[in-house]
Amino acid sequence: MGRYILRRLLISIPTLLVISAVLFTILALAPGDPMSQFALNPEVPPEVRERVKASLGLDQPLHIRYAKWIGGIVTGDFGFSFATRGPVTDLIVQRLPNTLLVLGIAYTVSVLIAIPIGIISAVKRYSLFDYGATTLAFIGISVPTFFTGLLLIIIFAVKLKWFPFLYDSRVVVSDLNTLGQQIRQSIMPITVLTLFNAAQLTRYVRAEMLENLPQDYVRTARAKGLHERPVIARHVLRNSLIPVVTLIALGVPTIFTGAIITEQIFAIPGIGHLLVKSIFNTDTPVVLAITFLFAALVVFFNLVADVLYAVLDPRIRYS
Amino acid sequence: MATVTRPVATAPENVWATRPPRSLWGDAWRQFRRHRMAMAGLFVFLTLIVASLLGPYLYTVNPNKVDILVAFQGPSADHPFGTDDVGRDVLARALLGGRVSIAVGIAAMLVSIVVGAFIGAMSGYFGKADGPLMRLTDMFLALPPLPLLMLIIFLFRDPLRAALGPVAGIFILVVGVIGLLTWMPVARLVRAAFLTLKQRDFVTAARSVGVADRRLIFAHILPNALSPVLVAATLGVGAAIITESALSFLGLGFPPDEPTWGRLLFDAQSYIDFSPHLAIFPGLLIFLAVISINYIGDGLRDALDPRKTG
Repeated sequence: MGRYILRRLLISIPTLLVISAVLFTILALAPGDPMSQFALNPEVPPEVRERVKASLGLDQPLHIRYAKWIGGIVTGDFGFSFATRGPVTDLIVQRLPNTLLVLGIAYTVSVLIAIPIGIISAVKRYSLFDYGATTLAFIGISVPTFFTGLLLIIIFAVKLKWFPFLYDSRVVVSDLNTLGQQIRQSIMPITVLTLFNAAQLTRYVRAEMLENLPQDYVRTARAKGLHERPVIARHVLRNSLIPVVTLIALGVPTIFTGAIITEQIFAIPGIGHLLVKSIFNTDTPVVLAITFLFAALVVFFNLVADVLYAVLDPRIRYS
Repeated sequence: MATVTRPVATAPENVWATRPPRSLWGDAWRQFRRHRMAMAGLFVFLTLIVASLLGPYLYTVNPNKVDILVAFQGPSADHPFGTDDVGRDVLARALLGGRVSIAVGIAAMLVSIVVGAFIGAMSGYFGKADGPLMRLTDMFLALPPLPLLMLIIFLFRDPLRAALGPVAGIFILVVGVIGLLTWMPVARLVRAAFLTLKQRDFVTAARSVGVADRRLIFAHILPNALSPVLVAATLGVGAAIITESALSFLGLGFPPDEPTWGRLLFDAQSYIDFSPHLAIFPGLLIFLAVISINYIGDGLRDALDPRKTG
């Protein structure tokens, strides 16, 4: 097992290297010059422009820049932002808690909602509950998150005035009052992400349960006189959850991408918001760092999913 | 003896004469028609296509006519979807926007299917290419699609716009990039189908009479691998429509004068507190398009599943 994890880890290193090279090349070959703000400004003399370029390390050849960048990443140094002149790592660390708070709660809640609904839906197949749940789940995966977000704003912020319109990042939770404020402003973004993820997960759980319910081992369990409840909970559910757990792991990077849109709608100053802003500012180091982090998340959670699968399912041989 | 066997030989002929042979696609269509939601989805999606193609001819309100006096009006008999910040008719703009949104969805799906089917076919047919091509697929799967799309479109839209014109440039960019970042599942499906199909007798038979590789791949094996691809293609249209809308929603899609559904939503955001109809109608259209496509995909999956006979 240990060797399997180690080998998978070693395989992911070249993958990440290739991805980082691709990202770096796209940004380097792009016609959009990070110096364009300077280039457009006639007040800046050419020699100053060259000096700024040199101070940012942009006068060196591509492969040297790439090697330096990769060398920095290993030590957690993503370079300096063009916009703020501060280290990119600081910018990201500053934004990360906002993103993680919303994403973490949304993902946990969606798992807690999806598993029971998926189970009941499958056990009582073709019932009114199943019909309602599958229809809702189908709607859930078909409404784009940006539309759900706008709808929630229209209904709960504009019409009912229950929740604030936009997210105020200056709220520091110090007493009950600010805690309430924080909760109220987090509800809508969390709901948007939860609805989408719960819909998707419900469909997986239901499909897996339906796959397992007609199996021979279920009939055996029933035949030996077991009550329906332990048959479902201890036999069918445990087997159905194996692929579901890996799908939950694989879904983590996707929800980070989903955060880009949610953070944009509600103006939450998280990583996604920073990414969009940096793309529009041609702040190349920040964009590179965040895109690379997203790619690293995908690779990492693929690894987690594979390892989980191997741990949970003894039929999988990790040789 | 001949007189005894004769009626036996003619009987099936009569049966065949009265009932035309059932084809795979005929069976699939029969199965598909039973899926009520899929039929409803097909109807809604076709309606949306027809409406966006013919709508601007039937509903002749000029989508670009600015009339400040009627700005921000809610739905009325004159303007069924209301008017926007400068008094343009939202229905006319939504009909026009549907063309671009649906065209992007279908074109991006075609790119991803062609690329995916080609890579999957090569990978499944030629053992030597399998390893490297699957590594490539895995690598593409690790790329984060939305950030990368935003990045590429932001960086390359100006030169392409200059080279090909404002709409054509962005169209090719958006379609190409969405297609090139979403072909991986199709490649895997096609590869899996090729791996089993190339062992079949009809392939061996074709090979033994000297059919060349290229013909074997495209004329013999690929048509038999199409059913899973068809489902993936259908769902791909919906996914591409969402992606294009998301890009436009982030301000990275088509130029402002080209009202795609996502762009309309993006513009609506600023006025959402007093003109929610600006967001609701384009959003509903995206939702309708995507859910109808998803139901069609669902119906196709059931209809093409060989395990399910009916």
